[in-house]
Amino acid sequence: MTPGLLSAVTFLPAVGAVALALVPRRRPGVHRAGALGVALLTLVVSIPLWTRFDGDSADFQFAEVYRWLPTLGVSFHVGIDGISLLLVLLTTFLTPIALASAWHAIEDRTKEFVITMLLLETGMLGVFVSLDLFLFFVFWEAMLIPMYLVIGVWGGGNRIYAAVKFVLYTMVGSALMLVAILALYYQHGAATGTYTFDVPTLARWVVPPGLGQNLMFLAFALAFAIKVPLFPFHTWLPDAHVEAPTAGSVILAGVLLKMGTYGFLRFCLPFFPDASFKFAPLVFALAVIGIVYGAWVSTVQPDLKKLVAYSSVSHLGFVMLGLFTLNQQGLVGGVIQMINHGLSTGALFLMVGMIYERRHTRLISEFGGLWKVVPAFSVLFLVVVLSSLGLPGLNGFVGEFLVLVGAFQVNGWLAAVATTGIIFAAVYLLWMYQRVVFGEITHAENGRLADLSRREWAVLVPVLVFIVWIGVYPTAFTGKTEATIAALLAQVESKASVALAR
Amino acid sequence: MSPDFLAPHVNVSVLLPVLVVLVAAAAVLVLDVLPPRDSKSHLGGVALAGVLVALLVTVGRWGSEGRAFRDMVLLDNYALFFDVVICYAAALVLMLSMDYLPRTGGESGEYYALVLFATAGMMLLASAGDLIVVFLSLELMSLSLYVLAGLFKTRLTSGEASMKYFLLGAFATSFLLYGIALIYGATGSTNLDRIAVAATAKGTDPLILVGLGLMLVGFGFKISSVPFHMWAPDVYEGAPTTITVLIATGSKAAAFAALIRVLVVALRSAQADWSALLWGVAALTMTLGNVVALAQSNLKRMLAYSSIAHVGYMLMGLVAGGPQGAGAVLFYLLAYTFTTVGAFGVIGLCARAGEEAVEVGDYAGLARRHPVLAATLGLFLLSLIGIPPLAGFVSKFYLFGSAVRAGYIWLTVIAVLNSAIAAYYYLRVIVYMYMREPEGEGVAVAPSLAGGLALTIALVGIVLLGLVPAPFADLAQAAVAPLLR
Repeated sequence: MTPGLLSAVTFLPAVGAVALALVPRRRPGVHRAGALGVALLTLVVSIPLWTRFDGDSADFQFAEVYRWLPTLGVSFHVGIDGISLLLVLLTTFLTPIALASAWHAIEDRTKEFVITMLLLETGMLGVFVSLDLFLFFVFWEAMLIPMYLVIGVWGGGNRIYAAVKFVLYTMVGSALMLVAILALYYQHGAATGTYTFDVPTLARWVVPPGLGQNLMFLAFALAFAIKVPLFPFHTWLPDAHVEAPTAGSVILAGVLLKMGTYGFLRFCLPFFPDASFKFAPLVFALAVIGIVYGAWVSTVQPDLKKLVAYSSVSHLGFVMLGLFTLNQQGLVGGVIQMINHGLSTGALFLMVGMIYERRHTRLISEFGGLWKVVPAFSVLFLVVVLSSLGLPGLNGFVGEFLVLVGAFQVNGWLAAVATTGIIFAAVYLLWMYQRVVFGEITHAENGRLADLSRREWAVLVPVLVFIVWIGVYPTAFTGKTEATIAALLAQVESKASVALAR
Repeated sequence: MSPDFLAPHVNVSVLLPVLVVLVAAAAVLVLDVLPPRDSKSHLGGVALAGVLVALLVTVGRWGSEGRAFRDMVLLDNYALFFDVVICYAAALVLMLSMDYLPRTGGESGEYYALVLFATAGMMLLASAGDLIVVFLSLELMSLSLYVLAGLFKTRLTSGEASMKYFLLGAFATSFLLYGIALIYGATGSTNLDRIAVAATAKGTDPLILVGLGLMLVGFGFKISSVPFHMWAPDVYEGAPTTITVLIATGSKAAAFAALIRVLVVALRSAQADWSALLWGVAALTMTLGNVVALAQSNLKRMLAYSSIAHVGYMLMGLVAGGPQGAGAVLFYLLAYTFTTVGAFGVIGLCARAGEEAVEVGDYAGLARRHPVLAATLGLFLLSLIGIPPLAGFVSKFYLFGSAVRAGYIWLTVIAVLNSAIAAYYYLRVIVYMYMREPEGEGVAVAPSLAGGLALTIALVGIVLLGLVPAPFADLAQAAVAPLLR
């Protein structure tokens, strides 16, 4: 274990952002290249996290603890387990891709843009590595502002509305979570005499079941459900996605939404096991509604980006379904599905962005017959679409399959309804693909489109490699996370039964 | 001389920080009549030097205890903590004034002298160990501020601000005085310690409760809590921006200093009563402040309502009580002072078409023309929202934490929801600065060394308080320790 590696990964982007802030504004090329360099360096530095991670251990690895506010019991405590490892790497992987995708798309205020993106990366990484509730909350709130700026400054026509809606939704949720954090902190302190925000310590403590635990669970769950977004808290998502620039959408879909599902895994399940079991049917039902509703609404979208945005609601429904099956298959599937969604939907947004850059429209009716003009684009787009709808052999299948295996053990009927989500996914994605790519060229402008440039190849190929890799050999990824999930489940069940026995 | 006359033991060292400020004020008055007649900038320097010396004296005395004038004036960590906050506020105000006043044509010797008198009043208020001193220093502070609010004699809003502040202030002070009289009647003393002894011995006495209520009216006016907040928006808007800063930070801190000392030291036996009362006041104050701020397009008015909301948050600390609650209020005041000075300071630097740029529309596209200034104002606003890792977040965290600890979960829920509402109007300014294009003539920013320095200090302050709050929070805890003995 290398000491300081995790904080190096976390703060490298922020350090890069500060360095770039000193470069004069009139050199956008330096900013672009510098930011990409910093993001790639972060990716390289984060690779040892993967190679040196012991997948057989459920402990937090690469842990670092420094004193921060000793009187409050706040420390700078970071570490990763099998769940956060995947999300950290997803973040360091997607950020350079997002930055590269914005190479020509962001011409205005490039300096501010790349600085914001790098600060956003530090914020997201901080959320995934924090093992102190205070530290977690700091990162959780702090990353709101960069995302707000990305949507609001570099977004589309209705960007201000979307940005403000995004922030207010998230703030209301996290405000109540703050109260719950404080309540948990004092309850734990009063019961054990140790006032601490340390997550592993709090997770070992058994919160007395009852109204208090239920309310705390609901406060945490609201914050996370808004972020996921779980139906019916999803209404900010289509606005934010449609208005955000491509790079923003990739990060938003790829990483930010995972912060919600990650929160459920890291905090809600281990802290409030009884409440988790109690509310699992509710979450289960909402997840299934989200799956079906998201798919139906996607089907009728005339706008490509909106279609992908609603498909996120559906896909994240699968993740939530998996997590609240509260069994091994479901949880592993949920975690893998988080990564899959990051890759597939990220790639979808990238490709929608690419044709938007060429045609300056995202309306499906404006396209048709693209395979004749841009064959390479069409092929890659097909792979991404198939991965998103869960074709066996590509990544999406693995996650959804495991989730459904888990779900059938809990409630066959709801799982059956959820399965229709996969069918509808095939409907809306393939129908969209057919209208965009097949057929005759109906708009003359489409006849002159250029195929993928070398930069675009470089952006897409890494994502596609992982799409195939996870699809063919998922064990490489599930292997890192299974021990952690088994330990998490054991902890949840033992705590719930301890509480029941009393 | 009758034999039982005791010469008061005059311990001047207890008053030293206040005396330094008063000497500086006298020096400013004398220098004012000496040449040069056309420029008064050097007086600002003298005043600033006085405040800085007072600050050094205060810091140097940290940890010492003293009493003077038969326990009427106290020197303890509590008073010293507030002296630091007040001196910081006054110093930053003076630095901002030194370029704001020549630009707006309001520079005069008496301005600097009055700022110093007000500062002395505030510092004395924090040291008051007797209700009479509370009253006197409150008046010293308020009378100076009434005049300062009307500094721009030709501007109608300035005159309105001064008049309104004076009339309502005088009215509120009379409530305070009436309350003091009733407390004196019930307990036979105006000394805080002796009131505490008498009040504890008497138990529940309606006279004390009525006196307490009347005093809360007076203090409520000074800290602008609902329903005694009506003056704040008009005064904040009409007064010169630098004086708005002083009213919003220094005078509020001083009034809180006296309020906390009176409640916690003298009337602790009635804690159940005043904390139930303040629960409602806090909830109303924060909600009204935030909701009305939503509708403001004038930045000074918006910040006025927002400062009302912040008072609501601070009252939560008093409701929570105990060392945690009081300490959290002190820390909050420190963070709030830096943030508010900064936010108003940026506004004071901006002008459009010769007028102060106070409409939110004036700030459209500011980030394009003045990226550094826009980022600075942005950071102050984010701190006011309570976004980590800035001072506003940590101070809210301490405050809400103390309330949750004391079991006031629902009040905390109201407060956090209020913070979410507040995000909307603060972010709207950021929307204008960053996400809209400038319309018409842009905002001109006065280049200014002293103003820039003041903003830098405030900015460093909010970042430092946000990242390493522990030492300052410990100071705040140490400061409230003398009250709770």
